[in-house]
Amino acid sequence: MDETRLWTFIVVGVTFALYIGIAIVSRAKTTGGFYVAGHGVPAVFNGMATGADWMSAASFLSMAGLISFMGYDGCVYLMGWTGGYVLLALLLAPYLRKFGKFTVPDFVGDRYYSNAARLVALICAIFVSFTYVAGQMQGVGIVFARFLGVEVTWGVVIGMFIVFFYATLGGMKGITWTQVAQYCVLIVAFLVPAWAISHKLTGNPIPQLGFGSALQAGPKAGVALLQALDEIHRDLGLPEYTGAFIAGKKSMLDVLAIAVALMVGTAGLPHVIIRFYTVPTVSAARWSAFWALLFIGILYTTAPAVSAFARVNLIQELQGKPYSEVPAWVHKWEETKLIKFTDHNKNGAIDGIKRMGLPDETIELEVHPDIMVLANPEIAHLPPWVVALVAAGGLAAALSTAAGLLLVISSAISHDLLKRMLKPNMTDLEELFFARLAAGLAVVCAGLLGIYPPAFVAQVVAFAFGLAASSFFPIIVLGIFSKRATKEGAIAGMLLGIAFTAAYIVWFKFVHPETDKAAHWWLGISPEGIGTLGMLLNFAVTLAVSAVTKAPPQDVQDTVENIRYPREGRHPERGEGI
Amino acid sequence: MPVPEVPSDQEAQVQEEHRRYWRTNLRVLVVLLSVWFGVSCLLGIVFAEPLNRIQFGGFPLGFWFAQQGSIYVFILLILFYAWLMDREDRKFHVEQTGQPADVEEDA
Repeated sequence: MDETRLWTFIVVGVTFALYIGIAIVSRAKTTGGFYVAGHGVPAVFNGMATGADWMSAASFLSMAGLISFMGYDGCVYLMGWTGGYVLLALLLAPYLRKFGKFTVPDFVGDRYYSNAARLVALICAIFVSFTYVAGQMQGVGIVFARFLGVEVTWGVVIGMFIVFFYATLGGMKGITWTQVAQYCVLIVAFLVPAWAISHKLTGNPIPQLGFGSALQAGPKAGVALLQALDEIHRDLGLPEYTGAFIAGKKSMLDVLAIAVALMVGTAGLPHVIIRFYTVPTVSAARWSAFWALLFIGILYTTAPAVSAFARVNLIQELQGKPYSEVPAWVHKWEETKLIKFTDHNKNGAIDGIKRMGLPDETIELEVHPDIMVLANPEIAHLPPWVVALVAAGGLAAALSTAAGLLLVISSAISHDLLKRMLKPNMTDLEELFFARLAAGLAVVCAGLLGIYPPAFVAQVVAFAFGLAASSFFPIIVLGIFSKRATKEGAIAGMLLGIAFTAAYIVWFKFVHPETDKAAHWWLGISPEGIGTLGMLLNFAVTLAVSAVTKAPPQDVQDTVENIRYPREGRHPERGEGI
Repeated sequence: MPVPEVPSDQEAQVQEEHRRYWRTNLRVLVVLLSVWFGVSCLLGIVFAEPLNRIQFGGFPLGFWFAQQGSIYVFILLILFYAWLMDREDRKFHVEQTGQPADVEEDA
């Protein structure tokens, strides 16, 4: 353990020094540099930065474990958090890049010629980003606590210091290049243990193929892994791992609603959208969406394999075994309270394994989903430096996402609120000062949320995606593809979409959490999937209200025409002619 | 970035090219988004149950689409779109020429 901790200190220390070094080299000198890295990031690197920006502590640490307990149902995360990039690449990124301003509220406010629309957009952007960032800072604290024995509070403070340094100094420029480095760290940290476990279980080192190969050892040797997993589940009286819509799993409509809500929500998240403002051209925006999804897909196609491997390992090594004979890693993670054994029937054996926190008194072993990634290196008997790499990977995932979100919050305040609405006459240098100030304050708020997490953090994740899906996505798409969409339509659509989605989530998550079950849901759609209906409502209302209100002014219609073609053409604001 | 003046008779031609470019783009979007929807929502979810009875290299097929195949298809869709639109941009003369005006100088 001491050797592992030493390695962890070294690896984490080296990566942090790297991030700080990058920040010093790529300081921002103008607001353009601070908000969008001067539109100068090559497509491949923007793809990597987007990957790190997107893949949070949840993707890195929790997702594989969650899928491991969900089986087929885990596809809502896999498809939901990747499919949105198709929407981004085809419907949003090229046009927003051509529009060429700094933020999402910029587009909403200018396209809908209305500061009211800008204000609604900026409040949504800040709310969604704060929701998300609290979880990241908590993730930083937890990684420090588990791997380095540092108190959670100090872990968060160290994380705050690092992010504060490169976000306020470098802005988008610093964030982009640190994110590129962070992507490399996190992907290596995720893949190395996955390769080793895949090789150990199936003889095939490529997890995406090992996932479909036969098991090499144990009672089910020679049987295809997924088939073996289904048989084991049947023997234990559990729903089959690969089974869809059977008893004990989500309904088809709910899976569909959640997957669509997450896809559309992904495409509507401001910290993802602004990454596409940083590339030099429209073509580069399309290519960087491709690179982004390729780099994200490497982790997202590996994760479900890790889930299945972990499920097999967990059941084969622990299910029904006497507690006195469990492997050493179980006791180690018991210390951190991520594994908990309660011998209800006092027979000394492990009867049943469940996800930590689920109610069922007959099941004796409770396992936190994060274990599936955290304990992987030990389960596969990998050397201590791999454990250190996983710690650095978790920190890279959390810090990179936090930085991207903090930039959205800072630009919403300094650019959208101050420059565009309250103090339009301030100079670029003044705006840059406010941007840094806002970023610094946002880091402190995020850190406080990480140290004193409000009890509802887990519940509000559904909020972030639901709100992004029901607010931004429809009106941005209509703003590009319909010249007839009016400010009245967009404001009504956004407000009704948000109100409907928020009311549904608040009802089931906060007002009557005891009724948050399929039997009570409207149409059987869970709060996680309600954003899909909110999005459809927003589309319908925006189109209907636009049809009966006065068409947008000619210059707005000209702007819409202009963003559809990559070539710089008529652009009255910049004094360009055709 | 100064753009040369275009006489008005050529402007009509440019506008016609723009219209045809946009129509092509919309057609491409409809086709690609249908594939996107078909693979994720139909093959991965709506038809997952019947497809799961088919084995595909050790995977039940519906499960494979839901947890692997759809992601591969998403990546290929964006790759194809980025490649095709580069070509269409040139064909309809709407590709971006020089550097955009607002690149930061201090890089």
